[in-house]
Amino acid sequence: MSDFYLVYKNLTRKKLRFFLTFFAIFIAFLMFGALAAFDKALNAGVELSADNRLVSVNKINFTQPLPISYVRKVQTVEGIEAVAQFNWFGGYYKEPRQQVMTFAVDPATLLAVYGDDIAIDEERYDGWQKNQQGILVGKAVADLYDWKVGDRIPLHSNIFSKRGGSSSWAFDIEGIFTAKYPQADTNSVYIHYKYFNETQSFGGDFIGWMGIRTVDPKLNEQVIKAIDDMFANTPFETETVPEKAFNQSFIAQLGNIGLILSSVVFASFFIILVIVGFSMALAIRERTNEIGVMKTLGFSSLRIFKMVLMESFMLIFLGGIAGLFTATYFLGFLNNAPQFPLPDLILSSDIILKAVMIMVFLGLITGIVPAVNALRLNIITALSRR
Amino acid sequence: MTDKILYDLRGVSKEFVKGKEKITIFDNLNMSIKEGEFLAIMGPSGSGKTTLLNLLGGVDKPTSGEIWFNDSRVDNLSESQLAKWRAGNIGFIFQFYNLMPMLNAERNVELPLLLTNLSSKQRKKNVAAAMELVGLSDRAKHMTSEMSGGQQQRVAIARAIVSDPKLILCDEPTGDLDRKTADEILSMLQLLNRDFGKTILMVTHDPSAAAYAKRTLHLDKGQFIEKELTT
Repeated sequence: MSDFYLVYKNLTRKKLRFFLTFFAIFIAFLMFGALAAFDKALNAGVELSADNRLVSVNKINFTQPLPISYVRKVQTVEGIEAVAQFNWFGGYYKEPRQQVMTFAVDPATLLAVYGDDIAIDEERYDGWQKNQQGILVGKAVADLYDWKVGDRIPLHSNIFSKRGGSSSWAFDIEGIFTAKYPQADTNSVYIHYKYFNETQSFGGDFIGWMGIRTVDPKLNEQVIKAIDDMFANTPFETETVPEKAFNQSFIAQLGNIGLILSSVVFASFFIILVIVGFSMALAIRERTNEIGVMKTLGFSSLRIFKMVLMESFMLIFLGGIAGLFTATYFLGFLNNAPQFPLPDLILSSDIILKAVMIMVFLGLITGIVPAVNALRLNIITALSRR
Repeated sequence: MTDKILYDLRGVSKEFVKGKEKITIFDNLNMSIKEGEFLAIMGPSGSGKTTLLNLLGGVDKPTSGEIWFNDSRVDNLSESQLAKWRAGNIGFIFQFYNLMPMLNAERNVELPLLLTNLSSKQRKKNVAAAMELVGLSDRAKHMTSEMSGGQQQRVAIARAIVSDPKLILCDEPTGDLDRKTADEILSMLQLLNRDFGKTILMVTHDPSAAAYAKRTLHLDKGQFIEKELTT
């Protein structure tokens, strides 16, 4: 037997009370883990944004097109290393509910700008470059539809149609790319802009936006000004911003997720504080006589203080760790769910560290008052209570 | 019993302040207990029996006077020093047993040994010996709530002796028991005194319980009014 065993036995002596407080803590940390991972996944694009990457869109808004000729012109701006072009295809697989995020790109420039994020076998990439009907598929999409290299698959567009009226394009899967970071997105596919442009029935020679890599992040401001000045007072003015700012404004359209998360987490932890604090105070009050007996036997007040505090920590950590473990399984389940729209939800080390810090804080706050009461408890007073 | 003085109270006074009123429990009380004695202290309610036991057990301090134990003064020790002193020298037996309900019998007995440096193996050995001495070896794993009052008090006795203290303080140890069980408990205390040389001080209301002691002191209004030898 040890002090730890005594603390454990005291904690679990009232099974129902222990279970209810444990369950409340468990739920709070499960919510915290899941919501924090969700928030992180939403912001992954922002976090993974490279400092030397810019996004240039139509000044009216990013759904409006830009002429394809802009790409060549922008490439001439001093301080730019590469320019990649994107067109939203609006694709789905067999049925409209089977959405596939499809972008028409120029294979020659995609990796020059996004090679830090996309991991792909060089031979496969070359194969894709050579085959205009080829498609490069993200691993998450390939896993979802069980696609393999060599498969020929149809993709429909809910925006564009082919000359002849069909909205279905056939593609050969030339490669499956993964991400260089676990939180980077592999939920998309890339097709050749040239093939798309030549076969579509309307709106040719336009692109959606440009992704730009600068030589040095210090040149960003200069490059932004040069691009936007170049197209000022034209029918297609541009608005060029750092990639991070672009992703942030995109996320902001979903609402202030961070504030919602903080509010929910704060409310749940405040309730935990009240429940566990009250429960601990009640438990120690009920054990006044026993604490008196232990002090009489020779347990020092400081040792009793530590044991009460340890009890509070044990309760919070048991519930908290169980909550985080369950959150991990829950997130794993979500990650494997078909059509899950976010990159991998991960209980990253910084979320775990934050959770542990909250556990320590809660353990201390809920345990300190009963522990001090136990420390101060006079033996004669304690023994007189039954 | 030897002639060596184990406990010595010299001019001990104890006062309480209740509101504006000062209540004197003892005034200049003198008393000594020899090593190996079995002493009963009797007296009516409010005579100061429990306060005296608290002073002797080091859970309360006198307002004035000195308390010596084994030639060392103990009334001036700090709270933590007193806790250590109690753990090493005194075993306590209470009227209502005061066992820990979440622990089984042997874990309750082991409790005072957590304050020693004994290994887990040695602690188990000591617990087994104490349980055997009180005749509860076969119930070591039982929860105390599954035991009768007499058995619980025997567990409490085992807890009091497991760390081999010099002195055992008993506060109405048979107050919650029927006559037959009370006699068993008192016989056990007598055995501890006679065969194991334990010094025992017992506070009781019950004259038949006091009859088991070698000496009885009557306390009234904070003074010993009569001494008698019972052997």
